[in-house]
Amino acid sequence: MRNKIRFVQNGKVRELENVDPTHTLLNFLRYDDAQTGSKEGCAEGDCGACTVVIGELKDGELHYQAINACIQFLPMLDGKELITVENLKSKDGHLHPVQQAMVDANATQCGFCTPGFVMSLFAETQGQNRSDLDSINDVLAGNLCRCTGYGTIINAAVAAAKQKPSNHVQLRKSITTELLAELADDDALHLEFNGRNFFAPRTAAELAALCAQYPDATLLAGATDVGLWVTKMHKILPTVIYLGQVSELKHIERTANALTIGASVTYSDAWETLSENWADAGELVRRIASTQIRNSGTIGGNIANGSPIGDMPPALIALNATLHLQSQAGRRSLPLEDFFIEYGKQDLQKGEFVASVEIPLNTPNNIFKAYKISKRFDQDISALCGAFNLDLDGDTVRGIRVCFGGMAGTPLRAAQTEKFLLGATWNMATIEQAMTQMANDYSPLSDMRASDTYRLSAAQNLLKKFYLETTAPDISTRLVGAGRIANA
Amino acid sequence: MRNPPLSETVIRGAVHKKHPHDSAAKQVAGEAEYIDDIAEPKDLLHLYVAQSTVAHAKILKLDVEPVRHAPGVVAVYTAKDVPGTNDAAPVAGDDPVFAEDVVEYVGQSLFVVAAETLDQARRAADLALVEYEELEAYITVDQAIKAQSFVIPSKTLLRGDPDHAIENAPHKLTGRFELGGQDHFYLEGQIALAYPGEDGDVHVFSSTQHPTEVQHNVAKFLDVPDHSITVEVRRMGGGFGGKETQGAWFAAMVALTAQKTGRPAKLRLDRDDDMIMTGKRHDFVIDYTIGYDDNGLLNGLDFTFASRCGRSADLSAAINDRTIFHADNCYYLHDVRITSHRCKTHTVSNTAFRGFGGPQGMIAIERALDEIAHNLGKDPLEIRKINLYGTDSRNVTPYHMTVEDNIAPDIINQLAIKADYAARRAAIHAFNEQSPVLKKGISLTPVKFGISFTTTFLNQAGALLHVYTDGSVMLNHGGTEMGQGLFIKVAQVVAEELQIDIERVKITSTRTDKVPNTSATAASSGSDMNGKAAQAAARKIKDRLINFAADHYNVDKTAITFLPNRVKIGDQTLGFAELVQQAYLNRISLSATGYYRTPKIHYDAENYSGRPFYYFAYGAAISEAIIDTLTGEYKISRVDILHDTGKSLNPAIDLGQIEGGFIQGMGWLTTEELFFDGKGHLKTHAPSTYKIPACSDRPEIFNMEIYDAGENVEDSIHKSKAVGEPPFMLAISVFNALTDAVCSVSNYRDFPDLDAPATPERVLRAVQQMQKSGKGAS
Repeated sequence: MRNKIRFVQNGKVRELENVDPTHTLLNFLRYDDAQTGSKEGCAEGDCGACTVVIGELKDGELHYQAINACIQFLPMLDGKELITVENLKSKDGHLHPVQQAMVDANATQCGFCTPGFVMSLFAETQGQNRSDLDSINDVLAGNLCRCTGYGTIINAAVAAAKQKPSNHVQLRKSITTELLAELADDDALHLEFNGRNFFAPRTAAELAALCAQYPDATLLAGATDVGLWVTKMHKILPTVIYLGQVSELKHIERTANALTIGASVTYSDAWETLSENWADAGELVRRIASTQIRNSGTIGGNIANGSPIGDMPPALIALNATLHLQSQAGRRSLPLEDFFIEYGKQDLQKGEFVASVEIPLNTPNNIFKAYKISKRFDQDISALCGAFNLDLDGDTVRGIRVCFGGMAGTPLRAAQTEKFLLGATWNMATIEQAMTQMANDYSPLSDMRASDTYRLSAAQNLLKKFYLETTAPDISTRLVGAGRIANA
Repeated sequence: MRNPPLSETVIRGAVHKKHPHDSAAKQVAGEAEYIDDIAEPKDLLHLYVAQSTVAHAKILKLDVEPVRHAPGVVAVYTAKDVPGTNDAAPVAGDDPVFAEDVVEYVGQSLFVVAAETLDQARRAADLALVEYEELEAYITVDQAIKAQSFVIPSKTLLRGDPDHAIENAPHKLTGRFELGGQDHFYLEGQIALAYPGEDGDVHVFSSTQHPTEVQHNVAKFLDVPDHSITVEVRRMGGGFGGKETQGAWFAAMVALTAQKTGRPAKLRLDRDDDMIMTGKRHDFVIDYTIGYDDNGLLNGLDFTFASRCGRSADLSAAINDRTIFHADNCYYLHDVRITSHRCKTHTVSNTAFRGFGGPQGMIAIERALDEIAHNLGKDPLEIRKINLYGTDSRNVTPYHMTVEDNIAPDIINQLAIKADYAARRAAIHAFNEQSPVLKKGISLTPVKFGISFTTTFLNQAGALLHVYTDGSVMLNHGGTEMGQGLFIKVAQVVAEELQIDIERVKITSTRTDKVPNTSATAASSGSDMNGKAAQAAARKIKDRLINFAADHYNVDKTAITFLPNRVKIGDQTLGFAELVQQAYLNRISLSATGYYRTPKIHYDAENYSGRPFYYFAYGAAISEAIIDTLTGEYKISRVDILHDTGKSLNPAIDLGQIEGGFIQGMGWLTTEELFFDGKGHLKTHAPSTYKIPACSDRPEIFNMEIYDAGENVEDSIHKSKAVGEPPFMLAISVFNALTDAVCSVSNYRDFPDLDAPATPERVLRAVQQMQKSGKGAS
């Protein structure tokens, strides 16, 4: 076991001792390490002013991803490369092409959000390097700017994508890759700090043993939720077990009949596979938070935290997913919907952890659609999120699963509505009656995101929208995403 | 920075030319220093403010002893520890830094804890024993109106006989419109850092638009002379009005701590505390009755504006005055009554925010004109056009100022042609007929915004200019940089005046010990006033150089010309630096102050009469919206803007202000919802719940141009116009386009009740109202 964290920055391995397990990466940078370029705008992963780039080896190749430093705990950096805005300029003082593009496009005003934008764009230039507007909007959804109105930043993004990325970060990729490969051989990490513990097991067996030993430990995946327990609720977490190094939890497996997604697979890593199988599941992932959050947040975390407004569970439940749990005692499985017992309570025993979620693939004729409703399209939390999975026999409903988030204390299927629809003829008259049934299924809350009235109205109308999309493909029904109306 | 080669043909950084923001290269590299980036001294104390958890209560007990004994705590200060006046209000003396006997909003500061770490300070603050006796709290405007609870007396502007005009008008409409507030959401939250000095002096770094007011408030708070307090700010991470007044509270707290403990002290509000503790744009309830004729010409208008001011006056008097001043927007109102109620509520004290009450005045009439057009079955643009101010007649505002520079008609016409308004409106109607779920709407709205502080004495500015013997220049003035590009514009003015490259001009932080008694950088006045002051200082030095050269070289003054980086003196030419060096050797002063006071303005606040504004800035925008009638979601799909910046000092900077202002205005009217619960707790106090526009909210088609023919008719700095606030109000077209799209659901038979912000929920409710029908035109 190791009690020091090691990471790469500027082509060198750095080693830190006496690390507070829940010290955020941003606070480390700003207040311990005199790297004040990254800013705190919200401390909850929403504004992106703290964006830094993390380099990791995937199958031996170096991949860069933007993340929110404000809600990452410092030990999560172990074994990775860190790039901050301070690291982009060349030694002779030349700005990185992304930085120069921002200057040339007049894309800074107050400048406080700027380092975050630079890092998001930098990560994109190291990866897919896209320059179409839709992609830029996705790349920058997690960076808020209050001054510019974004146009100049978009121009900078387009210009940056056309530059050749020949700079020092690029040039030392091979060195960095070697260093990261060396770090990968390190022992598993165990930090002890003022009586608090941080474990980063490497295998599911180690994880199960730790969960048995510390049944009250906080399981940490992407920190996109747990991070806020510290930065917003100021909780003290005595024991943290980090899942990000457990290799078994990071796999996506596809068989003829099922897709199994490991609990630590990030939204970003699951996105492509989900999109290929269900376009709207992909669109839903695109609408979940931002690039930075999707790079950290995990499908398993979105399930395990039991949030009634998590966006993946409604879709997964509608897709009839099975949840696999694991502990030292072994594995058990249950329909995902049964995992959510009531608000704040899940069917998770002490010592158990979410291992994976399995989605059946043997329903090729089913029609699946999902809709997320929020005040803002990007980087917002759902007021409600609905998913529909329909199996039609001619125009008769042979199978239907409808599940909503934001409509109850847990993600919840519309039992009465489904019952009404099953065996009925798929036409507008049926739908209108089914919409009234929905009022029996849900008694949503009113809060700052939406009123109960709106939630129910919108949920009912989403059923109508789903019907229209299955029967009248010529009618435009979408404002965003694939198949949206032009110039919307 | 190494000296770059001097330009010979034309100086770099001349006025009217695009030039990047002076800090851009530093900002993109993370090198631009904000206050929280200043290296923390080893003995720094971290402050945390304990806040009221109730909206209105008597404080029965406030025991901070347990706080004092918490780990790491060095000091705890309550109202009892204030040496001077426990107040940091801009005007009325009603903003206690620490609550005394009562609390009047959730988030009001009770006391401050200074500890070795922020975490220690925060945890210690929770240990205080506080007991309240809760009192009745007015949270909403309606509650305050019912209780006749006002921070300052109501005001009425009256011209002509509106009651008679409305009564006799062929048509009449009555409406009520609720308009939400807006959080500034500057990316950098409020922050102050204080260093103790000799003699009890304190040097305060404050993220403020108004260093002088912070200085005065801190001095008053500590009971020391103003000269003991220096306030400095190099740049803010956004201001938008939110750092005009209320940063003084936190500056006072760090200054007190620094003075009493002898240690530097920092107080940085995190996002949640910032949004809970500090004021926002005023939300309004607007009632109106309007009489009009068959053509849509306004006959008589009666507006009542009631705003939520919060627990104190702050700048609410001037803000609500500006609402009155902008209720006309670009239109001639002959018989008009405008009543303004300034409601006292038990919520955070609302404050300055880009537009300063103007947007709330303007949107009322813009919405009413749409309703009139709808009722008459006409194109709203037609109704707007016939009501515009005239040039020789129908050109006097309700506050008796003659509109001398009316370019609104030309801007509107140019824009409507450029953006193909008529054809697009027809196409939208055709689209809506065949699209059952998605519906489109379009709207053109103009802006006329008065430029000057309506508090006349504030219209003054100062600058300080040093020329060093190598010909390089130190520039300082009273304006503050919050991202708007003020510093580069003023530097351009100096470079232009002295004909030197912009790199020869050093931009420096705003400090109360360099230029005293300054006004806030607000009211869009920054470059107008500080540009003129800096120009005056540069001219003084230039005149001294000319006089010296004429004497020294025995040439006529008229034979001396300032060319790029050099000076032609009769037949010979000297480098600027050479001339400066010679002047120095001949004992010519190379340092000067400059001063400016805006001419022509005068104004009687009691009678709303006079010339409160030096001039008006104009613009117009066309927005196109598309709504989903099943969910209320929407996109703004296209925007076309034509905006008047006069002869722009820096078109790159000005375009940034236009677009940024527009998008911020769009946020105000669409997704940005401040949600207070019944007990006065703000539930949207972070970006997870408070949604400012994100990148993809920017309309995909966004055409923006500066009005070519623009030139200030007044003697403003290089004939430019102020640009900070006016474009914000172009976004009213967004709200009206959404209204138009909703209206289509009734096949344009009914006009929807749509309040702002037009969240998807409000849009869907309005759509459902249209579907039910029933509300007809009168």
